[in-house]
Amino acid sequence: MLETLTPVVATGLFQYAWLLIAIPAIVAALLLILGKVTNGFGHWIASLAPIASFVLALIMFIQLAQAPKADHAVGLTLYTWMTSGAWHFDVGLLIDPLSILFVLLITGVGSIIHIYSLGYMADDPNRRRFFAYLNLFIAAMLILVLADSYIVVFVGWEGVGLASYLLISFWQAKPSAAAAGKKAFLMNRVGDMGLLVAMFTMLALVGSTSFSRVDQAAPFLNSGWATFIGFMLLLAACGKSAQVPLQAWLLDAMEGPTPVSALIHAATMVTAGVYLVVRSGAIYQQTPAAQLAVAIIGTITLLVGAWIGCSKDDIKKVLAGSTMSQIGYMMLAAGIGPAGWAFAIFHLLTHGFFKANMFLGAGSVMHGANGDVDMRHFGALRKAMPITFVTFGIGYLAIIGFPFFSGFYSKDHIIEAAFHAQPVLGVLALIGAGVTAFYMTRLMCMTFFGQARWAKDVHPHESPAVMWVPLVLLAIGSFAGGMALNSWIGEWLAGVGAKAGGHPSWLPHITWIGVVTLVVVAAGVLLGWWLFGKRPVPAQAPQKVSIITTMGRNDLYGDQLTYNAVGRGGAVLARGVDLADEKGLDPLADGTGWVVQTLGDKVRHIQNGYVRTYGVTMAVGAVLIGLALVVSRLV
Amino acid sequence: MTSMYVILAVILFAIGLAGFLIRRNALVVFMCVELMLNAANLLFVAFSSHYGILDGQMAAFFVMVVAAAEVVIGLSIIVMIFRSRRSTSVDEVTELKG
Repeated sequence: MLETLTPVVATGLFQYAWLLIAIPAIVAALLLILGKVTNGFGHWIASLAPIASFVLALIMFIQLAQAPKADHAVGLTLYTWMTSGAWHFDVGLLIDPLSILFVLLITGVGSIIHIYSLGYMADDPNRRRFFAYLNLFIAAMLILVLADSYIVVFVGWEGVGLASYLLISFWQAKPSAAAAGKKAFLMNRVGDMGLLVAMFTMLALVGSTSFSRVDQAAPFLNSGWATFIGFMLLLAACGKSAQVPLQAWLLDAMEGPTPVSALIHAATMVTAGVYLVVRSGAIYQQTPAAQLAVAIIGTITLLVGAWIGCSKDDIKKVLAGSTMSQIGYMMLAAGIGPAGWAFAIFHLLTHGFFKANMFLGAGSVMHGANGDVDMRHFGALRKAMPITFVTFGIGYLAIIGFPFFSGFYSKDHIIEAAFHAQPVLGVLALIGAGVTAFYMTRLMCMTFFGQARWAKDVHPHESPAVMWVPLVLLAIGSFAGGMALNSWIGEWLAGVGAKAGGHPSWLPHITWIGVVTLVVVAAGVLLGWWLFGKRPVPAQAPQKVSIITTMGRNDLYGDQLTYNAVGRGGAVLARGVDLADEKGLDPLADGTGWVVQTLGDKVRHIQNGYVRTYGVTMAVGAVLIGLALVVSRLV
Repeated sequence: MTSMYVILAVILFAIGLAGFLIRRNALVVFMCVELMLNAANLLFVAFSSHYGILDGQMAAFFVMVVAAAEVVIGLSIIVMIFRSRRSTSVDEVTELKG
């Protein structure tokens, strides 16, 4: 994306950029190695770690902003990882406008979520382990976004996968949580394979995986190979970002503690795929086919996610569907090309705020409802938990794109850019916006409005300050993030703005598409209110529902599709291999044994036990060897 | 002159080999093995003298050392066998028959 900027050598504070990663990594190691000793204070130092990284990143960001444009990318080579033949792998960091925004998002939202977790996990017996994993995640994610080559990205990529696995199955005594962790891990492996193959291809064609070398070489790549790399990177992005067809793990990932859902499965990790696509912009520019594929995958996912979001009663699963859907928007923008990259990152940042806000809000609701997640057991919570209600409401307005809230700026840009690039995608994105408004309104009405449908022993109450203060901070971000970023993010992510080529300014401007979007959103809100706000909501989920709802409740049969597409074939293959083993290899192995045994039975009679026989054999052998030597001399 | 030594060595070796193959008494068999070793040693020394190179004499020393070690082990095995069977016939020790 920033191929126009050549990294300058790090000086001053930037030489210590590795501290950003080292601080949370060391804290995670301390907590895990020292064990129970740190039970009492581990969560405090674990919460300070991302804050320290955030402060460091903020100072770097300010220095970067004050530096002249040409110095906006700073490279810091730490050490040589390995050298093999002509290949040389350095571990290096790249601090540029794109990565520093990510670092701020990860450490900023990460810090807030750490603080929230102090309250949320206060009574958990494994609190120390939880915080250690959270820090591990922060460190891995920072490696991912700060790396200056694909191979180092891969280290972080696997690191966040590990942290995600550990945290989804954090309550590992619950079989469903353990299974969900495994599912996420396995589905991510499929995507990781894409990243690996893409890296192999780069090494074969370019001889390096560093961003600068690959970006330089990208324009000279054969278009077939560029398309191949593009598709492989897309596969990787699909796995990590829960895009169709590798989407099925994200809904189950909600088994993890809610702060984990907020940090990893909404704000940061799942956006790594978008980061990868945007970072590989130089390759995607060579291949319209792969670019279109990214946009199509994004569009499909944004509709699938919204569909699932409409039909779930579990508040976290609605939000998970919505996360898929919003990442779909980002992928769509990333697939539009240079014109969309900055929008993708913009939406990613605002989404990081409002989705983390809503997930933590959902956690707060669950906290007040004894861990219940079924929205049919909520209702009328706005009086019981006013702060949660207000902050959640701000997140709600942000996601549906209510004017002047953050989603309004970022999502409108994407829809508009989609219309300019490919009207069909634009229309679908517009429909997605309407559906988003519908299911989010449904969530709001079922949770905070209407009649109280609480279970008998549930007495909803506002959460403690350690939990609502983070909510307020994120709510401020959800409201102001769009306005704050809108005027300069395009300029900041320079290479993109220049290439956008005559695309209108970044300032808010009223266009007919913007107006239509608002109308569609309003229609969605009205429909949601009419169905779930005006009428009473049954406390039991109705069983006689349309096929559309049934499909949504079953995640559009994603698991069954995966099973039929892969599982069945795998089972047949396994049976075939088993049969080949039994009928083909076993007789072969047994036969060899039989032959050797029979031969041995015959041959062993030569060993008659008489020393003199052995002596003769030896003497004859020695004579034969001597003769052979003599003959070979003569010949 | 050297040829005399070679002929003597061949005769010694032939006697040793014949004794090794024919005799039953383990002690005699053992002495025959020593005879063959000494035939080889004689060749080493003879050729060393013939060519004026000391390597052969060095090899002879190595053979002596190895032979000494071998005698220790061999004799102790024979003594053990004699203690258990009251016999030193090599034909009676056929437990390794296949």
